[in-house]
Amino acid sequence: MTAGAPLLRMEGITKRFGSATALDAVDLVLQRGEVHALVGENGAGKSTLVKILTGAYRRDTGTVELEGQPVSFDTPAEAQAAGVCAVHQEIHLLTHRTVAENIYLGREPRRWGFVDWRRMNADAAALLLDLGLDMQPDAVVGSLNTARQQMVAIARGVSLGARVLVLDEPTSSLSPREVSILYALVARLKAQGTAIVYISHRFDELYAICDRVTVLRDGRLVETRPLAGLERLDLVCLMLGKRRDELRHGTTAFAEHQARTAGEPTTAPLLETEHVGGGSRLRDVSLQVRRGEIVGLAGLLGSGRTETARAVFGADPCARGKVSIQGKRLDARSPDDAIRAGIGFVSEDRKAEGIIPELSIRENLTLAALPLLTRYGVVSRRRQREMVDRFMERLGIKASSADQRIRELSGGNQQKVLLARWLCTSPRLLILDEPTRGIDIGAKGEIQGLVNELATDGMAVLMISSELEELVEGSTRVVVLRDGESVAELSGDQLSQQAIIHAMAEGGSTSSPGIAPDHPVH
Amino acid sequence: MGARAVSLLQRSGALVALVAAIVVGAMRYYDFLTAENLLNVLRQNSMLGLVALGMTFVILTGGIDLSVGSLVAVAGVVAARLSPAGSLVALVCGIAAAALLGLVNGVLISKVRIQPFIVTLAMMIAARGAALAATSEQSVSLGAAASGLAWLGRGDVGGLPVPVLLLLLAYLVGWVALRYTRFGRYVFAIGDSEEAARLMGLPADRIVMATYALSGALAGLAGVILTARLGAGQPVAATGWELDAIAAVVVGGTLLSGGQGGAGSTLIGVLLLGVIFNLFNLEGTITPWWQWVMRGAFLLVVVVVQGRLQRREAHG
Repeated sequence: MTAGAPLLRMEGITKRFGSATALDAVDLVLQRGEVHALVGENGAGKSTLVKILTGAYRRDTGTVELEGQPVSFDTPAEAQAAGVCAVHQEIHLLTHRTVAENIYLGREPRRWGFVDWRRMNADAAALLLDLGLDMQPDAVVGSLNTARQQMVAIARGVSLGARVLVLDEPTSSLSPREVSILYALVARLKAQGTAIVYISHRFDELYAICDRVTVLRDGRLVETRPLAGLERLDLVCLMLGKRRDELRHGTTAFAEHQARTAGEPTTAPLLETEHVGGGSRLRDVSLQVRRGEIVGLAGLLGSGRTETARAVFGADPCARGKVSIQGKRLDARSPDDAIRAGIGFVSEDRKAEGIIPELSIRENLTLAALPLLTRYGVVSRRRQREMVDRFMERLGIKASSADQRIRELSGGNQQKVLLARWLCTSPRLLILDEPTRGIDIGAKGEIQGLVNELATDGMAVLMISSELEELVEGSTRVVVLRDGESVAELSGDQLSQQAIIHAMAEGGSTSSPGIAPDHPVH
Repeated sequence: MGARAVSLLQRSGALVALVAAIVVGAMRYYDFLTAENLLNVLRQNSMLGLVALGMTFVILTGGIDLSVGSLVAVAGVVAARLSPAGSLVALVCGIAAAALLGLVNGVLISKVRIQPFIVTLAMMIAARGAALAATSEQSVSLGAAASGLAWLGRGDVGGLPVPVLLLLLAYLVGWVALRYTRFGRYVFAIGDSEEAARLMGLPADRIVMATYALSGALAGLAGVILTARLGAGQPVAATGWELDAIAAVVVGGTLLSGGQGGAGSTLIGVLLLGVIFNLFNLEGTITPWWQWVMRGAFLLVVVVVQGRLQRREAHG
């Protein structure tokens, strides 16, 4: 390369955990002022590589050079002092303390040995201004939304003089508007010569801001190359280790079922909501799901998708409207009512609302089905084992045994366990909120295929997703929400990404299905 | 602005209650608002106040120290035993003994990674046992050479009893330390999120150790003062003080989960509980048993109200 000596060079990095090799002679080279995408499926070694870079792990072999000088970080503090900082997916900040305190913790400006609050706030204000962030330095961090907290974490990194900044899934909880603030900040840092390692599952983002990409697979380096000129399909091939001609048409496993026949409109709907509203976000949602249908629920962040699901499931009260199952009014007041009526709900927040991390796969999987397995208050171990074995095989859950703790599994396998948890209650209706979010591509396909199978077997599925491809290719029909109202219902030829985007942006009407699918989007 | 008002109320809710208690006392009891009675309240609570200050540091880091009552007794016995060698030796060694045991707590918690509740519970039992064993359950009289200790317990400076003076001084230093020194800021940081504090490169282990040593040292100072006031070191002294100290810290507004609160809040909490106890005594018709019931109920009410206010703050 002619761009001069790289800012950071990691060479031949190897890391073993017991007998498993997490990284095998991996190289990573960062230039000044570049945004470098680091991609790979779960288990590729991204996070291990980042942890070695930021001093959380120690490498077994290999060299790390920062500006030509060999370095070795034993703790995150040492890495930070040398200018290598990471902003993690779970933001590590002090929520009771102010923005300024979080930025300067450990380096507070002092006068005569005492913390100089006035100067600390002034310095923070200047820094925030410099980064183009409209934020009060004395605001308590816990009162800020996730995006702003992330900005504080980045501002701290910048104030530490970070020359290498790792952003680990920075947009996973941001709204589109907040994402654009992040982009602006990244562009500014890039112009100042900071090297940024950008980890994300979202291809749109990678192509929007990254210069080069390093692909890892199974702990090995696949390729490092400029992102420009690399087709998305080829990038997927690199990540999966497949040749392009092996890939099916489309990028989701739903693609082969593209021509899902719409459930006969003559059959009575299994789930029907009429003008459901409640809370601050849900205003007027009407939709129907029939047996054997996958109905997609589309909408921007905050449009009321999750709220709709929670209202049907009885997790939130629904103040207005009517929810019925097979023509009978349900109006679940608690999830218990909904489960009795045959509804299962896989929440979007796996970590907080789904898995119980310290329990085994067996216990997690049978949690909702325990009443079925219990006689005289005692759980039948034999029937529990049978059930667990059956679902682990059917869903292809990869684990050392059913007694492995669920937190040790990959995101995709955790999601499969959660699906199984509901499947063993034999629900009539399954609500899936972002079933494939944060899951690597391989597991994603398996889950999509499974959902398809379930619908073919006659289950009704209501699927919330932010991925338009997944909705278009996987759904019989798509209901689009906008500001808490159902504004459009698309099926057959009308169902396209363009039409969904148009409905999200402009609204529409279920009664006039004449929206041109290729209507320009403003 | 609203959040700030709530936060102010949350911090000074105990202050409002304290003012109310004083007003009630002044209106109802002729003897309440006299310098003698008020100084009495302060003096009676000065030792518990010192213990509660140390407890504040520990609780701010998200920990708990159940051993303080026993450490008060240990320090008192040590000081009484060494009093023939002079007041200064007795004072220094009393404090040092308790501080050392506090440091042991801190090391076990931060290095061996045992829960604070368990470590300090074990220390509470063991230290009490040591005090009883070393004295064969008898109180140890102060030596004649320890006239300085007598001044420490019963003397005054310009009308202000020495223990009260020490209490106010300790809280002033504690307040400054928490707000204006790195040590103090780190104490808050660790209680807020120890994981985040470590990732930001703070020496979390050393800070935690220091808070338990400090808690021990303040319990030691309280123990020496107690011995000076009683004229003897008693191995059974200060039983249950750890719970009174925790109550004062919580009533003052410091969160048991750590990260929020402060020295000023605890001083108010100590005074509030002290004034209420004083009012019970002035009333004279409430038996001690019912006083316990009412104090317990009062503690619950305060914690419930604070929880409510906090949730409101969290939701903006």
